[in-house]
Amino acid sequence: MALFEARNIHKRFGARVVLEDISLSFEEGQVSGIMGPNGAGKTTCFHVLTGRHAPDRGEILLQGRSIVSLPPQRVARLGVARSFQIMNLFDDSTVLENIVLALPAFRARRRKLFSAAFADPGLLDAARGILDQVGLGGREWEPSVSLSYGDRRALEIGVALAAQPRVLFLDEPTSGLGTEATQNLAQLIKRLRQRYTIVIIEHDMRFLFQLADRISVIHWGQVIAEGTPEQLRANKWVQRSALGELA
Amino acid sequence: MPTLSDISPRSAAWVTPPMLVLGFVMLSAPLWLGAVGLYQYLGIEIAIWMIYALGFNLLFGYTGLHSFGHGAYLGVGGYAFGLFQHHVGSSLWGGLAAAILAAGLAGVLVGAAVSHRRGIYFALLTIAFGQVFWFSSIKLHWLTGGEDGLLNIPRPPLDLVFLEVPLGDNLSLYYFVVAVLALAILALWRMVNSPFGRILQAIRQNEMRAAFVGYEVWRFKLMAFVLSAMFAGLAGGLFAMAQESAYPDVMSLHQSGLIVMMVLVGGGLVSFWGPVLGVVLYFVARDVLGALTETWLLWYGLMFMAMVMFRPEGLAGVLHRLRRRPEPGATPRPAASEGA
Ligand SMILES: Nc1ncnc2c1ncn2[C@@H]1O[C@H](COP(=O)(O)OP(=O)(O)OP(=O)(O)O)[C@@H](O)[C@H]1O
Ligand SMILES: [Mg+2]
Repeated sequence: MALFEARNIHKRFGARVVLEDISLSFEEGQVSGIMGPNGAGKTTCFHVLTGRHAPDRGEILLQGRSIVSLPPQRVARLGVARSFQIMNLFDDSTVLENIVLALPAFRARRRKLFSAAFADPGLLDAARGILDQVGLGGREWEPSVSLSYGDRRALEIGVALAAQPRVLFLDEPTSGLGTEATQNLAQLIKRLRQRYTIVIIEHDMRFLFQLADRISVIHWGQVIAEGTPEQLRANKWVQRSALGELA
Repeated sequence: MPTLSDISPRSAAWVTPPMLVLGFVMLSAPLWLGAVGLYQYLGIEIAIWMIYALGFNLLFGYTGLHSFGHGAYLGVGGYAFGLFQHHVGSSLWGGLAAAILAAGLAGVLVGAAVSHRRGIYFALLTIAFGQVFWFSSIKLHWLTGGEDGLLNIPRPPLDLVFLEVPLGDNLSLYYFVVAVLALAILALWRMVNSPFGRILQAIRQNEMRAAFVGYEVWRFKLMAFVLSAMFAGLAGGLFAMAQESAYPDVMSLHQSGLIVMMVLVGGGLVSFWGPVLGVVLYFVARDVLGALTETWLLWYGLMFMAMVMFRPEGLAGVLHRLRRRPEPGATPRPAASEGA
């Protein structure tokens, strides 16, 4: 059984059908890729899978348990974390606090009104561990707004990891990154792949093909092709849009 | 620009330098208020409004929920205090507890209705509810005394089990209110630096992010609403005692707008102490400018506009800037801004 499964998802906004009939399944411990042209419905698909939008039809299962139509905070608490296509951080806060806020151990203390928020050294250590993982070790006291674009991307992934998720959804993690930052990110994901189930939306095919175990191509709100990177190299749409990138 | 949340995420101290400064100023005020042309009762008003404004800023500044109808809870607190004295019995603690609970209850009712709303809808709803309370206070004559208000509210003595301190004169009432203010400040300071308070600030910064790391956003908003209503209720109870009456005017839209102005002018968006500065500035302007000209509110309003346009971070932000000129290129290790 796949760790995360979506069956026959249909989503429309008014009369505009964005997701026609999407079925996807993500195996435990694998990196799954999602690609497709602009406006294909990839981000909308993530929004539906993570509780931002309820689908009009279809089923979503996490370890066989239905999570369809649960609000984002419930989905998150069940172990689904995500990053966003458009950067999404706590901008007035330090790097460290961005991570701490996402730690389940911190969330467990949410009803404490009179104790110091960061007094527990265990929390800070856990947060530092995550910053080390995403390559931001030693930067914990910097305001998150002052980070470079690439570092903010890394912090976003750190925030997602801090939630100790079972499934990690990343929406175009390389967008806006230079070659070096993209390579660093690929390294990071290679390190994470042993511990998490990861789903990545990506336009950068080279990036995706070196990381993904399986790739699904979404077009016109449907999954038009699916398979290993090897199998997809033969796909017509992939060949056309890759423009020799993968040759 | 500093922000409310840029304090060091290390355990915040219980007592900070600004607290000591404020404590010194407030405790010594009776000695010099007269000498600078002010009077004791003004001190009482200022201390009460500080409680109100600081509690309001938990909602307005920290949580980023822009309520424009907060006078309602001040008013509810005042009426509750008065009604308790008239119908239950003369008791300071009983009256204040009634004020806090009644305002908290009103906060639960309104908060439940507004905490799913955002932005302009939230603001409009708080205004609408504020008007409902204001209108009710005028119309429910049998309960509130209508436009005249509740009159002859006593100042019950401070009952400390082993001794009883009368609060009839303004000096002793002043010191009592300052003691309550000190407790309110300690409680709020702990709160904004607690896990709960940091989550409120995370919600202000990025509500969607907060939801996606697992927080039930509306519950936190509701809680912030109720807590700030309770502080307003406490201030309202004290105000009823100070005025020896409770009347509809404090619930009016105009009065609810004033607290927003005070908090903004003082710098409540960037500093815990913004509301304190804003309250002092307002009341001193009212009395000093007010003695010079009938149109003092016009001048205060103009100052407010100038502030919003040129120094949106308010007085506290200006002070912060004067105190700490950041060295260019220095790695910020934000420890010094704790009390900003
Ligand atoms: N809330 C919404 N209301 C109406 N239409 C929407 C909404 N969200 C998305 N859409 C539409 O759905 C379509 C798919 O958008 P989506 O953002 O999912 O595409 P995408 O595959 O992520 O594209 P990109 O590669 O550019 O990020 C677009 O045409 C978009 O305009
Ligand atoms: Mg997208």
